[in-house]
Amino acid sequence: MHSNGLFLKDVAGFLGSYYAGLAIMNAIAAFFIWRRKNRIGEAGFWASVALAMLVLASLAMSGSASSVPHLPESLRKLVNTLSGPVNYTAGTTALFAIAFVFRKFFVKPMVAWTVFNAALLLMGLAMADENFASIVMKPDNVPIVGLVFLLAFFTWVATKQAVENDERIAQGLPPLEKENDEKVLVWPDLVYTELICMVAVSAFLLAWALLLPAPLEEPASSVKTPNPSKAPWYFLGLQEMLVYFDPWYAGVALPSMVVFGLMAMPYLDFNKKGNGYYSINERKFAYLTWQFGFLELWIMLIILGTFLRGPNWNFFGPFEFWSPYKVEVLNNVDLPQMFWVNLLNRPLPRVAADAPWYAQIGTILLREAPGLVVMAAYLFLLPPLLAVTVFRKYFAKMGLIRYLVMINLMLLMLSLPLKMVLRWTLNLKYLISIPEFSLNF
Amino acid sequence: MAIGETIRNSQIWKSIFRHPMPLDRRNRIVVMLTNFFLHLHPVSIKKQGIALSFTWCMGGVTFFLFLVETVTGVLLMFYYRPTLEWAYNDILALRDVTSLGVLRELHRWGAHAMVITTWLHMYRVFLTGSYKPPREFNWVIGVILLLLTLLLSFTGYLLPWDQLAIWAITVGSNMARASPLLGYEGPGQQLLTIGGIDMITDGSDARFGLLGARFVGEETLNRFYVLHCIAIPLAVSLLLAIHFWRVRKDGGISGPL
Repeated sequence: MHSNGLFLKDVAGFLGSYYAGLAIMNAIAAFFIWRRKNRIGEAGFWASVALAMLVLASLAMSGSASSVPHLPESLRKLVNTLSGPVNYTAGTTALFAIAFVFRKFFVKPMVAWTVFNAALLLMGLAMADENFASIVMKPDNVPIVGLVFLLAFFTWVATKQAVENDERIAQGLPPLEKENDEKVLVWPDLVYTELICMVAVSAFLLAWALLLPAPLEEPASSVKTPNPSKAPWYFLGLQEMLVYFDPWYAGVALPSMVVFGLMAMPYLDFNKKGNGYYSINERKFAYLTWQFGFLELWIMLIILGTFLRGPNWNFFGPFEFWSPYKVEVLNNVDLPQMFWVNLLNRPLPRVAADAPWYAQIGTILLREAPGLVVMAAYLFLLPPLLAVTVFRKYFAKMGLIRYLVMINLMLLMLSLPLKMVLRWTLNLKYLISIPEFSLNF
Repeated sequence: MAIGETIRNSQIWKSIFRHPMPLDRRNRIVVMLTNFFLHLHPVSIKKQGIALSFTWCMGGVTFFLFLVETVTGVLLMFYYRPTLEWAYNDILALRDVTSLGVLRELHRWGAHAMVITTWLHMYRVFLTGSYKPPREFNWVIGVILLLLTLLLSFTGYLLPWDQLAIWAITVGSNMARASPLLGYEGPGQQLLTIGGIDMITDGSDARFGLLGARFVGEETLNRFYVLHCIAIPLAVSLLLAIHFWRVRKDGGISGPL
């Protein structure tokens, strides 16, 4: 479906006030930089950005559909062609890696402000696309847009302080938080902050409630299945995992392990440093593990599941129409099939249905031997191997039980990205597939 | 001035607030110790412990949102009947007829916001390493509270009884069907048979326990309503009390030693 005049007329008002908001935001920034920081050149730059946003605002509201600022059709098509689960996952991981490695650069306020402006501008331009807007503006998806910007902001706040603290610690100074350890009375200092917070949150929530009606669809009907059927947005990361795993693992076992792992975390992290202040260098392993699990495997999968998964849970580019007729080739193969049929050119081991139970079990074990060997190596060979190599110091400090809990949680967490890669490269469906016991892995 | 003075000197006022206005140092300390709502706080605190750049205020905002949800939720209960006949119509009425229908918007958006602020609070606690000793156990309670927050939101999702509601809950609760051993499509359920009779069927498995039926229906609506309005909020209230109490007992807000 192509953007048409009617749709653009509908969003013109929204986009006009959106760009006007960006103009005001940058004007305030310019004023702040001029009066407080006295950096006239920079202030002039952001003032001109504000002016440019005003121009965009007036273009959006000019009344003619063709003048609403938008991304060129060819670029949108290119983005659609390039996007897919592989590029999405690899791309976001690469972006996080770049942001992490060059964190000293990205935490600079002016750099962060530029990135923020660029993201908002891109979002505004994309909103002029009907398909993009129809997904992003769905009432129940609005919180996720908020979540993305809040997370980006707070990650910046935290990383900025962590970078500063790491530099101080490298120079032998205490972390910044230590500088401020004079005591103040809770009344008025904290009590009034809380009061202001409460008023601000109430005002924000009221404005949200008055501007945006809560979603309410047709009355429930157990015979009319919507396509796609989606869980509430905070569970869409789990639903996305169903692409790669069976429900017992993606929906039950792995989430339980996530909860267990979160609870176990303080008992596994033996690093005494970095307690009570922002720091990255003092706890790199814990930091990277958390950020990979939280940002990439939780948040990014939620975004993927919400905005990019359409009818039949097919992948759709951000500017693609959610057609229920899109067909995707499913040519995934189980490992036993790959091993016995494709590699050895033999039929799968089989046994008569009335054979004794030990023959049945034996045949299943033989058939699934390749997958069982891989799993056994992954779960039982890797931990001791890692204990004497990569994690030697950890093993010495943690002791056997803690180490085993930690390494198993790590391996279970990594099972998700590993399975993704196996699916994309080898079209692997299941490593182990025992329909006799509804056990697929 | 005179009338303010008279009120503050009256027996009623003095019986409620057992101290003069907190205008000098002594009374600012006393107010924290004698007021029920304020005694959650310490009397004094390190300056960095209340810096917004450090705390993000997300734990406090989450608690405030919980209070908002409680108040709007109780008011919504006056208007809403959890039956197939009335659930959807009552929500429609809240949108189109009821004067204070915006309560539902507040409740719904507040719930989404609460999920987000809970995550941000945990994110901050992780990034400042505040789960480390002596605060390990309070982190564990926090994880349970996270789970309960998600369950609160999940059970509430069904109550409007529209297409969004029942299908989101259907998709979500279908997972329980695949629980190892306990779901009738889960791995290993074939093993739980006695004398050739399956113990785990679609009428006795984990999903049935959650829904109260073989599919999302009136039994589910009632079950989720009770969980949403009574069972989970009670559990959350208890754990919140422990969570806050432990913050104080574990040495207040974290900071470098």
